[in-house]
Formats: sequence, structure tokens, C-alpha cells
Amino acid sequence: MIKRRTLLAASAALGLVMGGAAFAQDVPKIGFVYVGPVNDGGWSQHHHESAMQMKEHFGDAIEVIEQESVPEGADAERVLTQMALSGADLIFTTSFGYMDPTINVAAKFPDVKFEHATGYKTADNVSAYSARFYEGRAITGYLAGAMTESNKIGYIGSFPIPEVIRGINSSYLHAKQANPDVEIAVVWLNTWFDPAKEADATQALLDQGADVVLAHTDSTAPLAVLEKAGAYGFGQAADMAEYKPTPRLSSIIDDWAPYYIERVQAVVDGTWESHNVWQGIGDGMVGIGEFTGPIPEDVLAHVTQMKEDIASGAYHPFTGPINKQDGSAWLAEGEVADDGTLAGMDFYVEGVSGSIPN
Amino acid sequence: MIRLERRPQPSTLWTALTPVLAVLLTMIVGGIMFAALGKPPLEAIRTIFWDPLFHPQFASYSRPQLLVKAGPLILIAIGLSVGFRAGIWNIGAEGQYIMGAVIGAAVGLAFYPSDSVLLFPLMVVAGALGGWLWAMIPALLKTRFGTNEILVSLMLVYVAENILASASSSWLRNPEGQGFPGSRNFKQWPAVFNDELIANTGMHWGVVAAFIAVIGAYVLMARHIQGFNIRLTGEAPRAARFSGVNPARIVLLCLGVSGALAGMAGLFEVTGPAGQISIDFGSGYGFTAIIVAFLGRLNPFGILLAGLLMALTYIGGELAQLMLGLPGASIQLFQGMLLFFLLATDVFTNFRIRFVGREVA
Repeated sequence: MIKRRTLLAASAALGLVMGGAAFAQDVPKIGFVYVGPVNDGGWSQHHHESAMQMKEHFGDAIEVIEQESVPEGADAERVLTQMALSGADLIFTTSFGYMDPTINVAAKFPDVKFEHATGYKTADNVSAYSARFYEGRAITGYLAGAMTESNKIGYIGSFPIPEVIRGINSSYLHAKQANPDVEIAVVWLNTWFDPAKEADATQALLDQGADVVLAHTDSTAPLAVLEKAGAYGFGQAADMAEYKPTPRLSSIIDDWAPYYIERVQAVVDGTWESHNVWQGIGDGMVGIGEFTGPIPEDVLAHVTQMKEDIASGAYHPFTGPINKQDGSAWLAEGEVADDGTLAGMDFYVEGVSGSIPN
Repeated sequence: MIRLERRPQPSTLWTALTPVLAVLLTMIVGGIMFAALGKPPLEAIRTIFWDPLFHPQFASYSRPQLLVKAGPLILIAIGLSVGFRAGIWNIGAEGQYIMGAVIGAAVGLAFYPSDSVLLFPLMVVAGALGGWLWAMIPALLKTRFGTNEILVSLMLVYVAENILASASSSWLRNPEGQGFPGSRNFKQWPAVFNDELIANTGMHWGVVAAFIAVIGAYVLMARHIQGFNIRLTGEAPRAARFSGVNPARIVLLCLGVSGALAGMAGLFEVTGPAGQISIDFGSGYGFTAIIVAFLGRLNPFGILLAGLLMALTYIGGELAQLMLGLPGASIQLFQGMLLFFLLATDVFTNFRIRFVGREVA
């Protein structure tokens, strides 16, 4: 028994010697946790690329550690704990499902700072950050309304969560601005990324008579189907430039780099504080891809102006009068939606048919 | 010239030796792969196998995590090994694991927010039942219609995944979750939270159940008549039939046991480390357990060690990603090598190598 114990002690000492050298640096260590592989072509890849831009910006002044394909749940909690133990100063957790694990681990490491993407819970050392993608939806929605000839546009929904419902409402409201007769058909997929399902859904919407399809899922499969059918669509999360000039008319691009640079700078300067931000076109978090394809001059001028107005704050995509689906009043003439209602949006606006699954 | 010669009896020495050899070969070839990726190979191997146990910064945290990760693997693998001994190939433990979690959680959530002490045991039973029922589908189809249990059980994994998705986004969704998919979090419900039994040991009920299953499987296989029947069915099906073993009953027994254990593993996971039913709940334990069962030579105590070793490569692999920037896929490749080398070196168990001189034509 004694022998075994001394062996353990010796092993532990050896581990100490071997492990000591790796932790000598004292530049800030920035961790990123991704839900998918860093080459998924969508969500995780954009976070990773933004992280790499941030790394390039700071050079040797910081160190970046990353972990990809981390399942949401028990594994996430372990990965975050290990990252915190390894001496990370700031950890970005880039998927909604990391919210509870982030809050749990943050409570155990008060000196480590956390930034959680797209959630709603914060703490003294946990910030939440998200993008106002509905601003981009206003622009792609207007284009969809202007370009449809069948007066029917399709929308591929991922999960029936406020984020996606906002996108549907914003798209529909602005499609209607361009074309008062427009109708929207929604298909729910319950996934963020499944090229086969996305392609099937696109085909189903085309079969129902839609000739422009907006997607809230991350793959390029819908554009591939639209290309064959001669219909139109948009890049989602990425520019998807390989589908220029058609079927892709424009795109909504996630650009996290400016935010990452700003927050890492705050850690370097020692000025980091917890906050809950929601940035849009004006801050650069939501990018609008180049307008391509046979868009008429007047439509082009309108969306270009709209993009500027949203960026400057002169125009809010949810400005009254807007009624809810059941006809009850939501926003009065000129009234602008508050962030609280938008964050928890669980209703369609008037004119959208069908019901939200629950 | 090298020739393989069949041994009259499988070598007991090699049976014990091949897992060790497989681990060593994995380290060597894995090290070469890491070197090819431009990472220091020795440091990578040390990070995977040594640091989770002895690293001064991580070990106190990652050592208990080994049990958390190994618990479900061992529990599922024990069940699978019983069937594999009889030549019944349940490949769908992942589906049974998911269904155990979904049905167990559903039964629990139906009583929310009860704080009865009976609720957790009830959920465990429901979880076992859920996995058992899901395994009974391939079992009955096999005994009644002679379908192939490999295909049916595997296909049912995808059905289970869709049921999981619908559960987390509709009928088990947290009504206070702002519309986001995912059930209530069991960690915030003390009556049913499968917490660590002793703080900082990683020991939760699922790990206890895994240890009990190891002993139970040993008794069944080594001491019980059904264990003998199971082995006989696997090794000599005709002899088994002549000696009066009912093959249908063996199929139902083996698939039933493995389904029930996988279902329990799912329930312990969802009420403990995972905390909630979510779309990504199934994290591949059911498939990894197949590797664990074979790595452990279908022997209960071997499976115990194999489960811990597998957990070590997971946790060490995460550390290696973190500290050395190894890509996630290289860790999966590394784990795959382990099974590959095990199967490759297995040839020595049944064959012996003969070096013979060039034969004169």
C-alpha cells in the first residue's frame, strides 16, 4: 500500500515538472468554443474566421485557444471548465445551447470572463451578445417582395424561437412594402444545418408556387435547388458568393470580428465589464452582401437607402402601424418596437398565415 | 516467409495482451500522425493519457470527470457484451439510450414540481423500460419474422433522434424557456437531480449502476445457467439448440438486457450531467460503447477498464485540443485507431505466426 502511494506521489511530481513549462506565458488567453466543426460553411465557421481576424489584429499580444464540435450540455460544461483551468482570461461560447453551462462554469471562476452568443442570461462575469439579424431580413424581405412574380415567397424556418419569428415578421413586413399582394409560406425544419432537409423544403415551397425563398438555416442547399428552378434566394450567415449573380440576390453575413476585437481590447486594457448587447448593421455585426442579379434600378435604390437608414438609426424595421396576426393592435402609427418585446417575440404579424408550432 | 496457423484454442495470453498492444500501437501511429500535423507527438500523447490523471492544474477536476464520462459507456457496453457473446448484434444502443432518457424524463416531468423521494426511482424504472421497449422492436421482428437485428436496431436510432427533436421542441419543451427548444433543467429540481453522491468524485447513480452491472454481468456469465446458454448460443448455436436452449428466448433476453441498461444510462445522463432533454442530447455514447465492449474483450471487468480508458482519451483529447491546438477530427481518428489496432492484433489470439523457410518448388 505504501509503495503504491509513493508511486502516485512520484507520478504527481513528475506531472508537475512536465506540465509547468506550458503555462509560462502571461499574455491574455482567449478561448473560443464552437458547436460545429470550424469548416461547417456557416455558423461555426464564421465565428472561427472572426476569431482568426481578431487574432491577426492583436498578433502576439494575445493567445487564442479553440475547441470545435463541442456538444451542448454536459460536455460543454467540462470543456469550459478545462479552458478556465488552463488559464483562459476570456472565453467566447458561440452557441445558444451553451447558455446554462456558461452560467454554471462562470459561477465557479469569478476571475474568468465569459461572452455568450445569442442567449439572454448574464452575470457579473458573463456578457451576452447577439446580432440584430432582423435588420438584414428587412432588406432581403423587401427584395423578395419586389422580385416575386407569383406573389408568393417561401421561408425556411429552423426552430420556432423568437430569433426566427422576428426574421419571418421582418421579411414579410418589408416584402409587403414592395408588393402589397405578397403572401409568405413558412416551413419548419427543427435543425440549423441539414442540407438534405433544406433542399427538400425548398423544393416543397417551389411546388407550392413560391418563386423567392428565404432561408434561416445555414447550408447552401436551398440556393442549389433555387438555381435549378430559376428562382431567387439569399446567402445566409455567409455571403455564399458562389451563387452570384443568381439565384443569390444578396446575403446576410454574420461578422463577429469587430465585436471580438473590441471585447479582447477591453480585457487587454482591464476595462471589460459585463453587458448584454444586440448589434446590427450600424455596428457591422450584420453585413449585407453585394446586390446582384436582375434587380430593377428603383428597387436597388430603395434597398440601398434602407440599408443606410437602418445603419444610421433613422429607420427601425419594426415601426408602426403594425397589427398582430389576430388583428389586434401591436404598434401604433410611428411607434417603434422595444427590445424586450422583440427579444421574446412569439407571435406573427398580421398577414402571415399559419400558426407557430409549439 | 510468414504463415498464419490457426491455434487449436484461442490463446489466453494474447486475449489479455492484444488490448495493451493495441493501445501501444495507437500511441505510436497516433504520435506519427500528430507529428505530421506539426505538433509535438510525445507531448500530445502525454496530454491525452497522462494529464487528465496527474496534471497539477487539471487532474483534480478531470479525474472525477473520467467516471462521469465512463459511467454510461460501461453501463451500455455491459448490456451489449451480453448480446455480443450470444452473437446478437445490437448496434442501436444509441437509440435505446435516447428513448430511455426521453421516456424517463417525460414520466418525471409529468409530476413536476413534485418533491417525492419515489419520483427518481420511478424515472429510473421508466428509463429502463423505455430502452427495453425500443430494443424489443428489433427483438420481436427478429424472432417473429427473422429480420436482421443489426439493420433494424441501427435504423431505429434515427427514429429515436427524431422523437428526441420533437420532444425537445414541443411536448417536453420548458414552458418557461422563452420558446427555445429544450426541456426543464433537472439540475434546478433537487428531488430528481442525479447529483454527485460525494462531492468532487464524479460518482453519481449512473456510475454506481455501472459498477453493479459489471458485477451482475460477471455473475450472469460465469455462474448462471442463462449465462452458459448465452455463451453456448454464441459459440455453438447447433449444440445450444440440441441441448434445449430456446433461441428466441435468448434473443429477447439479450436485446432486452442491453436495451434496459442503455435506457437507464440515458436516464442517469439526462437527470445528471446533461441536465435536460435537448436536441443534441444523444452524444454518441451508444456507438462508442460498442468499441468499449470489444476493447474490454466482452469481459465485464475488461469493459470496466476499457470504459475508463475510452473516457481518458475523450478528456485527454479535449485537453490536447485546448493546449496544443490539435484539430477535433484528429482526436476522433486517434480513437478510431484504437479499435482498428485491436481488431488487427486480434489475429494473434486465434492464429500463430510461423516463420518458414522458402519452400522448394
